[in-house]
Amino acid sequence: MTDTLLKTPLHGLHVELGGKMVPFAGYDMPVQYPLGIMGEHKHCRTKAGLFDVSHMGQARYVGDEAALEALITADLSALGAGEQKYTLLLNDKGGIRDDLMVSRPAGEGLFLVVNAATKNEDFALIEAATAGKGTLTRIEDRALLALQGPEAKDVMARLCPAACEMVFMQCGAFELDGVEVLISRSGYTGEDGFEISIPEADATRIAKLLLAQDEVEAIGLGARDSLRLEAGLCLYGHDMDENCTPVEASLIWAMAKTRRERGDFPGAAIIAQQIQDKTCQKRIGLRLEGAPAREGAEIADKDGNIIGIVTSGGFAPTIEGPVAMGYIDRAFMAEGTEVDLIVRGRARAATVTKMPFVPNNFYRG
Amino acid sequence: MSTKFTEDHEWITIDGDVATVGITAYAAEQLGDVVFVELPDVGKTVSKGDEFAVVESVKAASEVYAPVDGEIVEVNGELEGEPAKVNEEPTAGGWFVKFKLSDASQLEGLMDEAAYKAHIA
Repeated sequence: MTDTLLKTPLHGLHVELGGKMVPFAGYDMPVQYPLGIMGEHKHCRTKAGLFDVSHMGQARYVGDEAALEALITADLSALGAGEQKYTLLLNDKGGIRDDLMVSRPAGEGLFLVVNAATKNEDFALIEAATAGKGTLTRIEDRALLALQGPEAKDVMARLCPAACEMVFMQCGAFELDGVEVLISRSGYTGEDGFEISIPEADATRIAKLLLAQDEVEAIGLGARDSLRLEAGLCLYGHDMDENCTPVEASLIWAMAKTRRERGDFPGAAIIAQQIQDKTCQKRIGLRLEGAPAREGAEIADKDGNIIGIVTSGGFAPTIEGPVAMGYIDRAFMAEGTEVDLIVRGRARAATVTKMPFVPNNFYRG
Repeated sequence: MSTKFTEDHEWITIDGDVATVGITAYAAEQLGDVVFVELPDVGKTVSKGDEFAVVESVKAASEVYAPVDGEIVEVNGELEGEPAKVNEEPTAGGWFVKFKLSDASQLEGLMDEAAYKAHIA
């Protein structure tokens, strides 16, 4: 199987660093390095971590932006130069086909970053829907690195000081070690940080340069998952998918107010109805003691009735205990509601909890 | 006292008719940082191959299977507060349970240390 897996431009570096390689979304990726998931997680929360996210799909879109906007939940007319938005690609029923970043860095048009597992379907859909109106160009020759953590800014202040003038969700073109790169001040860990799109020929050299900084350790997919879980962020295909809407996924914040008012996105009528009815299940956070509740664990009320299901769960190293997120019936979604999570047949007491579990640490200026 | 090993990376130290069971250093390293260990109740009777404990790392839950038939006579309560002992001292303070053996002849099918080292090599 291994020989059929795709490799990112940093594959050789992962192996050299002692990464434990596993298949993920068709790529051979490091789940952890010798530091281990716990150590990597804590390092990223306290100093800075470097992630290879080159498996994700990068693309440029140039042309009629209304044609692209019709597929997603962002207001592209309000997306200024140097700005980035987290947005959702919806199907006709308002289901979430993917979550993605759309930005307007230097250069022509928009820059998109979508999930690895969905990138081919996403790009094919965008191409079909915008045919004759705009051009989507898949970027296959650039790596994508994420530098995350409270000390990421100190690293960038040394290597690319101009990038530190950005605040959260801004982006632009910069020069890093003599290479033209696109950088956004964003990420998926809840920390301040940067995502850096680099020509593949320069990617390993720049990754090594970043790793040579005292603050930085390489971080694998294992800690990436526990970091995003603590930050209350969804993992596509687990915490949301085509069968759930932004209302159910508690992602209404990722829908531009102007778009909601206009109701001009796929599945708008269904989504408007759900917002009005207030009857659908919702994604919520859960704290519990003892054994972690994993994806698939049932949520029960105190009488033993099944009222929901866990979609992500695990041990949260920062709070040194298990956390989970999942979907629950409306009547139980209030913060502080006591429920049970069924772990290997045993009911474990849990409390509905506000997310993020660990406070966000974004730089807003 | 002698120590035996299973293909599932458990060690078993036998003292009379009582066997102390834990997971090997190799298994602990493969699992990564252990954050929770679910142990059986004392008095429970298990058969060889039964799932009798669960080890949770940050990433995943892994079952631990009974290496022999027997009755659980003691569990390592310290793992409740200090699951990291499984990583720090897997063959000492990180032990899981003590079994009263039902059938000592089952031990004969297990590996000795040299055979286990070859198994993980």
